[in-house]
Amino acid sequence: MSTRIDITLTVNGEEIVETVEPRMLLSDFLRDRLGLTGTHVGCEHGVCGACTVRLNGVTARACLTFAAQVDGARIETVEHLGTVASLNRIQQAFRKHHALQCGFCTPGFLMTVQEMLETLPLETDEEIRDALSGNICRCTGYEHIVRAVRELADEREGAAA
Amino acid sequence: MNDLPRKPLGPDADALASARPKYVGKAVQRLEDPRLLTGAGRYTADIRADRMVHAAFLRSEQAHARIKSIDCEAARGLPGVTGVYTAADFAGIPVIKAPSRMRDYRATSCTVLASEKVRYVGEPVAVVIARDRYIAEDALALIEVDWEPLDVAADPESAAYDGAPLLHDELGTNILFERVFETGEPDDAMAQAPHRVSGRFRMHRKSPLAIEPRSYVAEPDRANDGLTLYGSTQIPGILRDILSGLLDLPGSRIRVVAPDVGGGFGGKGSLYPEEIAVCALARRLGRTVKWVSDRSEDLASTSQGFDEIIEAELGFDDDGALIALKGRVTGDIGAYSIYPWTAALEPVQVVSFLPGPYRIPHYRGEVKGVATPKPPTGPYRGVGRPASVFVTERLIDMAAAHLGIDPAGMRRKNLVAEDEFPYRIGSGIVWDRSGFAECLDEACSRIGYEGLRKLQREARAAGRWYGIGIATYAELTGIGSRISVAPGMPINTGTETASIRVDSTGAVTATFAVASHGQSLETTLAQIVAEELGVRPEDVRIVQGDSGATSHGTGTYASRSAVLGGGAAIVTSRVLRDKIKRVASHLLEAAVEDIETGNGRVFVAGTDKSVTFAEVAHAVYSDMRALPAEARENLEASESYDPVTGTTTTATHIATVRIDPETLAVSIDRYLVAEDCGRMINPLVVDGQVHGGVAQGVGAALLEELSYDETGQLLTGSLADYTVPTAAEVPPIEVFHLETELPGNPGGFRGMGEGGTIGAPAAIANAISDALSPLGVGVTELPVTPERLFRLVSEARNKTDTEK
Ligand code: FES
Ligand code: FES
Repeated sequence: MSTRIDITLTVNGEEIVETVEPRMLLSDFLRDRLGLTGTHVGCEHGVCGACTVRLNGVTARACLTFAAQVDGARIETVEHLGTVASLNRIQQAFRKHHALQCGFCTPGFLMTVQEMLETLPLETDEEIRDALSGNICRCTGYEHIVRAVRELADEREGAAA
Repeated sequence: MNDLPRKPLGPDADALASARPKYVGKAVQRLEDPRLLTGAGRYTADIRADRMVHAAFLRSEQAHARIKSIDCEAARGLPGVTGVYTAADFAGIPVIKAPSRMRDYRATSCTVLASEKVRYVGEPVAVVIARDRYIAEDALALIEVDWEPLDVAADPESAAYDGAPLLHDELGTNILFERVFETGEPDDAMAQAPHRVSGRFRMHRKSPLAIEPRSYVAEPDRANDGLTLYGSTQIPGILRDILSGLLDLPGSRIRVVAPDVGGGFGGKGSLYPEEIAVCALARRLGRTVKWVSDRSEDLASTSQGFDEIIEAELGFDDDGALIALKGRVTGDIGAYSIYPWTAALEPVQVVSFLPGPYRIPHYRGEVKGVATPKPPTGPYRGVGRPASVFVTERLIDMAAAHLGIDPAGMRRKNLVAEDEFPYRIGSGIVWDRSGFAECLDEACSRIGYEGLRKLQREARAAGRWYGIGIATYAELTGIGSRISVAPGMPINTGTETASIRVDSTGAVTATFAVASHGQSLETTLAQIVAEELGVRPEDVRIVQGDSGATSHGTGTYASRSAVLGGGAAIVTSRVLRDKIKRVASHLLEAAVEDIETGNGRVFVAGTDKSVTFAEVAHAVYSDMRALPAEARENLEASESYDPVTGTTTTATHIATVRIDPETLAVSIDRYLVAEDCGRMINPLVVDGQVHGGVAQGVGAALLEELSYDETGQLLTGSLADYTVPTAAEVPPIEVFHLETELPGNPGGFRGMGEGGTIGAPAAIANAISDALSPLGVGVTELPVTPERLFRLVSEARNKTDTEK
């Protein structure tokens, strides 16, 4: 247990150099070591999606990833989106459509939705629902989340046209 | 959302007629959102402190066993471990009992950690304190417990027999209480009823499953020999009161704070052993102690919901008029009666609500609660009503089918009618005027009920399975002191206090004892205070979830916070508004009657003479020349509100389902809710509550079951086995609101946070039964998992084969 590993990575655009135990989870590393508590832990076994971050641009579950694995990687967390004073478009749409209640699942959804908007056609609501199905929300019943994503997807089409 | 005209009637007509801008009823964007959307929320697990240590609990792997010995030596020797503690280390703390004034009620005794014996898998047995959570868990693996397994009666019916292995020897029985509710002559009436339908129904155990697992941080206040507990709880006030007694600390030295809380649904609404343990250890060690449960622990130790067996019979005449209802409910309580709600909470609600919104002259409901070696049951969204509505609505559909009447018509015929309110049902609950029939009619017309029946006939002709299910229900919400004391609980949940002040800068702070964990109370209460005082919602800071801020209050549960918190907000704001007007009348040299407030200003109606709230505050607090001494009224008010009884909320849900005859996959096609929750504070928030409730009802109907085997082992200990609905399983949900007649509370609000979960299991069960009705089978057990559906369909098919 005393082996420790040096890692260098970029988190939200900032270079980080740290030493970690091999068993330290990325979720604990982000939260406890870096103080980035916006990444939440809802299950620690890869089902709920609350811990979703972007690892080299692709969504990943921080609770199923060891900190030691991300040496050299680029990570973005919810803290990399907008700020309280200036929410980004996804955050604005979530607020407008009341797509969050307790907010615990929300950072994971935001990271997932950001990737969905970059990579998927999202032509039907069914497609939106399928793409969201790796994240659990116990509060909203998903209806308002789907509406927020629909608006963002339509807006994207509008912009592209 | 519907756009029905709002009736300007009701108790609040004068406030509605005032000149101030209206915020109540508007889809105001939430004030809590910016922080939650940016990862800037502060949940309990986010809290850190200097010299903080971490707790991990060793939990029982046995359902019922004697603890012969616990060897903690190896664990204590692990580097980084501060200490390992067992029951004896908490011997100074009184046992926890949830007493009741109910006759012959037997309260169980529970200690912080199991001493002598364990009564469920997951019960805390020892606790490790270490430098970090990883080390604490390493140490758990080094603790050796020598168990002597005891006999187990895991299901409530076998546990109720004489001679069953006793969980609590001192009680002499596993039956914790029995009660009977009776009206009329149920036996004779049933015997003489021309028609009867009956069934044995089962609602299986659920987990409330908030996505934030339970977590607590206890921080000692060494300077004052006090303590602050930060926790994921719905009930900071109740915890402060009980912990004050258990730890022998006056309320001024113990504070319970619920920071941002990631959902509750009832699971964070009771007292837990872990809360007591972290507090006691923080005091003992003089260090901040943190515990965050993992999901498996949470599934195994957070209070569980529902779980009853219900035998019921319904009698009716040739025209479908209901005559008599009998129900016998066996509640599977789990090992302990939970504090403060008692073991009676869930099963007694089932018999209380079994007669539903219907006119049924004769009723008998019998209920017993049985202790079993499983985690304690506690409140879960809907409490009792999801099970009772499931049973009653199934019986109504069975009766309609028996007579060949349409299920919607069957309901319409029997719903309590407009001129019959207030109406007392057989269990003693009194319904006030609420849109029972209006919601049914609205739901049917919005979904195009007749058209759906036509669709169904076509589907059947083509050999497809398509079903339509209705559930109509009523519930009691926003319960006041006269009703809340009835079950004999050790606390008062029937009042709520607001304290509102304008400080010397003119800013408004309003303090409540409610505790939001997703309900948007920071926004909805701000809307009310803003409208009543004459400022903007974003100018009102709501303080809630902090027992240190209020003298008494309980928290947020049981659809109470809009009615009670909102009521307190209104009466208090009005007292404060009058003070502000009196002060301003001096400053503006006008009669009080001519003063109005709005948009943060106080003005003389019909003129351009005005002062700001800040100027009023400055005159009162800072500029000692502005006002005569006797006119310097403190700009503060604190008032309580007690609705005394409760408000009646009602809804009709309609679900349509398709079932694939080959794979038996169930898909919900449409889902529609028409509900009457009185005046809405924020329609977006109301819709969100309905959607979330329905999604949990979908889980209760199709997926969720905490399954225990006959030895009391949990078989669904992770989210891979205990499956909850994702966006792919929850259908789009259409919601329509009706306001029939506003209830008699200051805001005209009715509570509505639980309704979705109450209606959905029944509507879906009826839709599936309707789809399968050509096979002659119906749903009696929830959830209808693929395996249960397979059994149901095969039995029906075998039966038809043998009859051929
Ligand atoms: S916490 Fe990582 S998926 Fe649930
Ligand atoms: S908002 Fe509470 S879990 Fe999604």
